[in-house]
Amino acid sequence: MIGGLFIYNHKGEVLISRVYRDDIGRNAVDAFRVNVIHARQQVRSPVTNIARTSFFHVKRSNIWLAAVTKQNVNAAMVFEFLYKMCDVMTAYFGKISEENIKNNFVLIYELLDEILDFGYPQNSETGALKTFITQQGIKSQHLTKEEQSQITSQVTGQIGWRREGIKYRRNELFLDVLESVNLLMSPQGQVLSAHVSGRVVMKSYLSGMPECKFGMNDKIVIDKQGKGGTTDDTGKSGKQSIAIDDCTFHQCVRLSKFDSERSISFIPPDGEYELMRYRTTKDIILPFRVIPLVREVGRTKLEVKVVIKSNFKPSLLAQKIEVRIPTPLNTSGVQVICMKGKAKYKASENAIVWKIKRMVGMKESQISAEIELLPTNDKKKWARPPISMNFEVPFAPSGLKVRYLKVFEPKLNYSDHDVIKWVRYIGRSGIYETRC
Amino acid sequence: MTDSKYFTTTKKGEIFELKAELNSDKKEKKKEAVKKVIASMTVGKDVSALFPDVVNCMQTDNLELKKLVYLYLMNYAKSQPDMAIMAVNTFVKDCEDPNPLIRALAVRTMGCIRVDKITEYLCEPLRKCLKDEDPYVRKTAAVCVAKLHDINAQLVEDQGFLDTLKDLISDSNPMVVANAVAALSEIAESHPNSNLLDLNPQTINKLLTALNECTEWGQIFILDCLANYTPRDDRESQSICERVTPRLSHANSAVVLSAVKVLMKFMEMLPKDLDYYGTLLKKLAPPLVTLLSAEPELQYVALRNINLIVQKRPEILKHEMKVFFVKYNDPIYVKLEKLDIMIRLASQANIAQVLAELKEYATEVDVDFVRKAVRAIGRCAIKVEQSAERCVSTLLDLIQTKVNYVVQEAIVVIKDIFRKYPNKYESVIATLCENLDSLDEPEARAAMIWIVGEYAERIDNADELLESFLEGFHDESTQVQLQLLTAIVKLFLKKPTETQELVQQVLSLATQDSDNPDLRDRGYIYWRLLSTDPVAAKEVVLAEKPLISEETDLIEPTLLDELICHIGTLASVYHKPPSAFVEGSRGVQHKRLPARAGSGESAESPEVGQSGTSEAPPAVIPSQGDLLGDLLNLDLAPATTTVPSVQPSMQMGAMDLLGGGLDSLMGDESDTLGGDIGGSPSMGAALGAPAAMPAALSNAPAVGGGLGDLFDLGGGVGMPTGFYVAPKTLFLPAMKAKGLEISGTFARRGGIIQMDLSLTNKAMSVMTDFAIQFNRNSFGLAPAGPLQVLTPLTPNQTIDVSLPLGTTGPVMKMEPLNNLQVAVKNNIDVFYFSCQYPLSLLFVEDGKMERQVFLATWKDIPNDNEAQFQIKDVHLNSDAASNKLQGSNIFTIAKRTVDAQDMLYQSIKLTNGIWVLAEMRVQTGNPNYTVNRNKESCQ
Repeated sequence: MIGGLFIYNHKGEVLISRVYRDDIGRNAVDAFRVNVIHARQQVRSPVTNIARTSFFHVKRSNIWLAAVTKQNVNAAMVFEFLYKMCDVMTAYFGKISEENIKNNFVLIYELLDEILDFGYPQNSETGALKTFITQQGIKSQHLTKEEQSQITSQVTGQIGWRREGIKYRRNELFLDVLESVNLLMSPQGQVLSAHVSGRVVMKSYLSGMPECKFGMNDKIVIDKQGKGGTTDDTGKSGKQSIAIDDCTFHQCVRLSKFDSERSISFIPPDGEYELMRYRTTKDIILPFRVIPLVREVGRTKLEVKVVIKSNFKPSLLAQKIEVRIPTPLNTSGVQVICMKGKAKYKASENAIVWKIKRMVGMKESQISAEIELLPTNDKKKWARPPISMNFEVPFAPSGLKVRYLKVFEPKLNYSDHDVIKWVRYIGRSGIYETRC
Repeated sequence: MTDSKYFTTTKKGEIFELKAELNSDKKEKKKEAVKKVIASMTVGKDVSALFPDVVNCMQTDNLELKKLVYLYLMNYAKSQPDMAIMAVNTFVKDCEDPNPLIRALAVRTMGCIRVDKITEYLCEPLRKCLKDEDPYVRKTAAVCVAKLHDINAQLVEDQGFLDTLKDLISDSNPMVVANAVAALSEIAESHPNSNLLDLNPQTINKLLTALNECTEWGQIFILDCLANYTPRDDRESQSICERVTPRLSHANSAVVLSAVKVLMKFMEMLPKDLDYYGTLLKKLAPPLVTLLSAEPELQYVALRNINLIVQKRPEILKHEMKVFFVKYNDPIYVKLEKLDIMIRLASQANIAQVLAELKEYATEVDVDFVRKAVRAIGRCAIKVEQSAERCVSTLLDLIQTKVNYVVQEAIVVIKDIFRKYPNKYESVIATLCENLDSLDEPEARAAMIWIVGEYAERIDNADELLESFLEGFHDESTQVQLQLLTAIVKLFLKKPTETQELVQQVLSLATQDSDNPDLRDRGYIYWRLLSTDPVAAKEVVLAEKPLISEETDLIEPTLLDELICHIGTLASVYHKPPSAFVEGSRGVQHKRLPARAGSGESAESPEVGQSGTSEAPPAVIPSQGDLLGDLLNLDLAPATTTVPSVQPSMQMGAMDLLGGGLDSLMGDESDTLGGDIGGSPSMGAALGAPAAMPAALSNAPAVGGGLGDLFDLGGGVGMPTGFYVAPKTLFLPAMKAKGLEISGTFARRGGIIQMDLSLTNKAMSVMTDFAIQFNRNSFGLAPAGPLQVLTPLTPNQTIDVSLPLGTTGPVMKMEPLNNLQVAVKNNIDVFYFSCQYPLSLLFVEDGKMERQVFLATWKDIPNDNEAQFQIKDVHLNSDAASNKLQGSNIFTIAKRTVDAQDMLYQSIKLTNGIWVLAEMRVQTGNPNYTVNRNKESCQ
């Protein structure tokens, strides 16, 4: 299991050091600093073995988190734990920075004591942790007996992510379907790979212990219902259903039920959390098409023309559009002309950045640029990195639709109809690249 | 509240000041002081001098202060054991506190105080906490048992905590169950044979129930524990799989990977024709692909595991090529792993796409990545024949870029392509030769030289090219020197007239001016071959090369199976068994996949897995045949051309006397049995009498079997018959065994099998208490007496021991058949190695069959049991050969002469009663023998 956990600043100074196992000595702290942080080269592996000691590290801005062990631990678990650790810290004091860590070091030690025992991760749900570890010192000493046992049963219980007795005057929930659409296209416009990775994020402000059921236009479910032949609009909804390649759920979802009936039922945590993640690869709506044209004129000049086409309903509006056209390292000057938006050559990023605030569907726009090059004797040809694009659209490129979210709370007297529900779809670019 | 100020106090006299503050009356001031102490501790300052003052603050009702003091205690208790006792009372008291959070805090902390004197006091409070009414306290106490066990295992056993812990597996609270499972698994690891985690269908059922209810971490503990269970039959296996599959949709990647581990392992037991088997295979692909959208570090772990899974069950991901395409912004470690998997998944169906991708990658920035991409293009050519042409033209394009490392890498892979498709792409040689000057890496130079030598007859200026390399011969690396030597000899054989001088030059450079024994030996061999029998030389040096394998870098199957059992863990990330990177006893136990129901081995393999100590690690078989392979100029970077798992069957040239036939007798399809057996005696004459053997050679070190053998035999031509004993080979290098080096060989003397070992101490300290043990093996070989090392082995000393062996030990079929896994113990540790014994070891003295019986049996043997092969270049007449073979208990029953061919009929009996009958045809004047073999068993 995890033998110790260290947090370093960018210089390699130790901010937090907690050792759980006897086989990890103080020298391990230095070994990682010398061999990894001070090595000052590109990280070749997130797992490093130094003198039979294994170091797992993740980096958040310029802070290094490293877990150390001498055993054959579950590596996936260690990384999951390190991410979780970052989430917990962010939930307590915001951004992970040297200053915040120093300001909260007592709290961090307290958290580490709680969520990692002898190197075994324990309950690390912030919702539960916040009931008894707070920034204003420890709460539990002033608690009544019932409150104490409520805490312990929540921390260890089946529903570790929600406490009892939550009350809201207005029962309300927000569902955000957030998708990032990824594309790799060849210069000729052939889709090399495309997939959508989506998340359903829920903000729930519901009283009591509500039982929820979530439904979407999942092809498997719709087809199953279609077989029953009870609904008239089978044909219609069948067309609109989407094939989900794979999905994963927050731990509140009853997985065995999903496996057997493909229904998503759960008691949600209070506040914001990620209900599910999914991935689709079929019938993806690609919101933009990028058509590049690069021409090398002699050894010292490049001509670039890029056309972008928006490919969705004209009534919809895409925002925050940004096209990034890489330029060679030996660029000496760039002249740009664009029809819409603003374009600039950024020498420090080796790219022409073209920004358009808004663009409606079924339109196209064009940029052309002349790039002057310095003559070099570098034999290696310019690698021509792909043209990448960023945007935000108000629909789900996968075609996913929320069909329902039902709420039942048998003990309190509010029904599904009393809950105010909001649904929003946002499609963003993930890695959206076209080779040129 | 800002605590960062505590980090900034660096002035002198700080400790003194802190001391005063710690003893202050004001609570706030005290707390501030303790915080300062902890901050100093974090930074690495020694604040142990404040121990009594800090511990004094422990008696407080302020929980925050208490936690800080505990933190300090855990750090320094070990260095101040006497004073740490002061804390015991508080722990005992806190364990009785009405607040469960405080009880848990106390039990959690006291387990971290690693002071022997204290642990005894903690037993009573721990016992109470294990039975506490509050689950939070119980789950903390469960982990505390593991902590205590780490400090004092005996104490934990004596106090009966293990039983209490086992009871907790039935606890009503899922988190208590999970922690108890984690603690028990850890304790069980240090007692491999204790059967502590007594997994039976009832407990498994409890675990599966808890699996649905506990936290994500708890699910990981439980799944990892489940993976150690071996279901009784395929039904149980299926029902567990059914209950584990829902975990594949968990958001936590570690839960998913641990579930994959359980499924991959239990799937072994399911019959392949079962519908469920197919369903399961289909269910595994999507979650594995989903892992690739996780954070980069997790992607890396996932990719390393997918690499294993693709090797074990390629069918799972064969349609998912696209997801492994490299993204421009992937971290380099993710890129390299993806590329690896792309090569493995490449097939005729997707090759066009893959090639287009690889071509893109070859223009990227990272040198390692570009190299790997170029190499991958070559691999594709070899793997998918239809694509070879396109690959070659892609590689030529890349060579045109003139980027140095791309060119070099391309030349290395083109050499492999020439190997695979001889006489097809020679047109590109001209282009390659243009780049001769830019090659500065040994591997590329060696590859280029090989190409020139191999196609010397088509390259007009081959002699000039090779000569240009010869100028700086002594500055080249060994790899290049060896290759240059071979290439020039090839050139000479092809164009003898104009290259005489060149070959003279290289031979003298290699033999007279070189300190490298490999080079010198090879030089002498060539020299002698060329001077005595140029025809034979031609046949050896220009022999047809064995086909090159399609797959590369495959992990050896036994290791792969073991790694599959470690999916998700560090072992699967490193692709090494835990014993390679974990110290002490924890890693020794090897895991195995369960056997498929109904197969012949199912009865014994699972239990073999448990006998931890007699198991040798599945070390990759030492390639003893290398040197001879070298002679046949097969030394083309072994890593890329030979599959490590397959023993080079070229061992001893064409002398595979018992080759495939015996295998088929044993019901095995493989033909990998290395055959440096009895055939060797007749090899001697191949060299003719060594005319002027330099003194240096007669005591040539036993670097590789090949050469030593040859010379031993050369001397032995005229000797009376006797059992052929191979020179000692290195079994266990000192590096792997903390300074103990073992080399050895096998012999049969007077009907007794002996293992001759040389033990050398290359460590700094004396070694004593030697003992030896064998794992079960194909012929039941076992030591018949103890290992006689009576005097301690001092540093740098070597002892030779003869260990008599019996053949009555337990039997298990090995791969290859003559593999022997050995464990050697000394006062330092236990070491494992595997070696191979010559099958002639097992030929018994009473193997002479009656003529009549022989005739009858010969007819009765079905054709299936027959194998034929040739022994080349033997210059013995039939009588001499028969004489020689008799020395190795191969008896000639009859001889007849037909059409100037001598036919020898021979019989061999193995220790386990198997008879082998052979017909050997010797044509006078033709140095090639033809052998027909028939096998029969009569147990």
